[in-house]
Amino acid sequence: MITIGLDIGSTAAKGVLLSEQERRLALVPTGWSPRTAGQQLVESLLGEAGIGRKEVGRIVATGYGRIAVQDTDKAITEITCHARGIAELLPDTRMVIDIGGQDSKVMLLGKEGRVVDFAMNDKCAAGTGRFLQVMANAMDLDVAELAEVEELDSLVSVSSMCTVFAESEVISQLAQGKSRAGLIAGLHQSVAKRVAGMASRMGIAAPIAFTGGVALNTGIKRALERELKQELFTPMECQYSGALGAALLARELK
Amino acid sequence: MTQANIELFQSIREKTLKVLLDGRQTGLKVVGLYCTYAPQELVLAANAIPIGLCGTKEDPIPAAEEVLPRNLCPLIKSSYGFAATDTCPFFHFSNLVIGETTCDGKKKMFEIMQDIKPVHVMQLPHVGDANQTMNMWVAEIRRLKARLEQELNVTITDEQIWDAIDIINEETRLVKEMHDLNQQNPPLLPGMKLLIASWSRSFATSKQDVIATIKDVIATAKADAPTERSNRPRILLTGCPVGLGSEKVVRLLDELGADMVAMENCSGYKTLELQASKQHADPIVALAEKYLKIPCSCMSPNPYRMELLERMIEDFQVDGVIDLTWQACHTYNIEANAVGKLVKSKGLPYLHLESDYSQSDIETLKVRIEAMLEMVV
Repeated sequence: MITIGLDIGSTAAKGVLLSEQERRLALVPTGWSPRTAGQQLVESLLGEAGIGRKEVGRIVATGYGRIAVQDTDKAITEITCHARGIAELLPDTRMVIDIGGQDSKVMLLGKEGRVVDFAMNDKCAAGTGRFLQVMANAMDLDVAELAEVEELDSLVSVSSMCTVFAESEVISQLAQGKSRAGLIAGLHQSVAKRVAGMASRMGIAAPIAFTGGVALNTGIKRALERELKQELFTPMECQYSGALGAALLARELK
Repeated sequence: MTQANIELFQSIREKTLKVLLDGRQTGLKVVGLYCTYAPQELVLAANAIPIGLCGTKEDPIPAAEEVLPRNLCPLIKSSYGFAATDTCPFFHFSNLVIGETTCDGKKKMFEIMQDIKPVHVMQLPHVGDANQTMNMWVAEIRRLKARLEQELNVTITDEQIWDAIDIINEETRLVKEMHDLNQQNPPLLPGMKLLIASWSRSFATSKQDVIATIKDVIATAKADAPTERSNRPRILLTGCPVGLGSEKVVRLLDELGADMVAMENCSGYKTLELQASKQHADPIVALAEKYLKIPCSCMSPNPYRMELLERMIEDFQVDGVIDLTWQACHTYNIEANAVGKLVKSKGLPYLHLESDYSQSDIETLKVRIEAMLEMVV
């Protein structure tokens, strides 16, 4: 059966088309309309695969926009979908750390990618992609450049967890002549400490996979590895694990 | 359960209002209660009406925050806010209000509340079973008896207390029977129905009426019992008190296709196994013994709550446990650690939620509850 998984995140919408032979990926910015983003993904995946909508057996949506997307068979939470996706990409994984645009979460996995326990950050941008985006803007950088510019040797600690306070802290540190490279290292450490705390409360279980858009930032990955004293594994398609999980669960639906 | 039955419970508050309004002419005495630790038998024995007070809605919280810190439990803020804005009719008509030192927040709030209404605060010892604490608690109940006699201008006899004990024991036994209707599959009174039934009864003016209503509900539920088994996940709710106005987690469970089959919370199962023993010569000692057994998280240690939860998980064939902590309720928040370990040791999903009375976190609560339900095999 051909299935599609859609992961409509707060920043990016990801889609995976799954057939026996192939796995196609698509990504669009979510923008203001999760519904339109979902439609775009389906159209682009179908176009690339050269098939029609009728040939798709099931579509499962996940992510914060999962209910808004139309023409789907089921909505499943991103927690269950990420876990399922990772069990496929990195089969031995016991724990998943996922940092996305507006939340971060930790999942403990049992057999076949089943979720045994999970935790999510609360009501706040601390420890999320949004936090890094605001800080990157404050330093006149693109969020994708952060890891490259980071300099661990000159690390400047950032103590504020709140995005608004941290931004003013960064601006005043810059005004005092602290290096941008060192501040970025400090910001990465701050996000890592927050997320590592959540993982530690649950009880660290290795091997640990690191996914979500923020997993593209190698600076955060290194900072998390230092905090957790564990190696983190990031699959090539780290942004797509939720959508892949949704596509797999669509196939497995009873 | 038929719709008519639920209305029996839903109409309690309205009926009570009428009784209280009419009672102004007849000199009806009313004593307001905030918590299950208040020995309502003594109020009954004093020929007064024990009545639950408002504290489960968000509306009066902004008014409370003019006096109380914002970072305080919503139940305390709501209780005080209702009193300060005079928007709780039950508080309005109370001759006396009974409070307990179940936490620092309540203890200090009651000091401020004294400016609005006479409040009798019972000093609750926080250790469950030592002799010394029992003596102290017996003395506190005697002090309450004296205050009731003085405030209501009555004399309370032992015989009246024993009679009241019989009534409350009977009510408790029946409420337990009503909750136990959910032990079967399908549950007969799940979700909002269970919440409405448990919460509304504290606002009744007549124990005889409540007892009759519960009997009616039990009989109707049994007669209408569906025979087909249900596949909906069976969830146990524990943690801080929940009532109408603060029912968002119960509603979300209903909405997401799960059945809340059991509530361990205060107005729920927490007190339902407790009966005042008639083996004692002194009814005050019988009451002290019963009330000190309540497994509130303010007790340290609090082993009975874990025993009760463990038994409820089995008896109600529970698929998962949700533990709800209101913001700034330290004792339930910390005890969540032990509850989580217990539930996980049974191989069941456990979800700890921290929230307040606002609707701002509905979506984040929903995704967590939904994910937890997806964990149920």
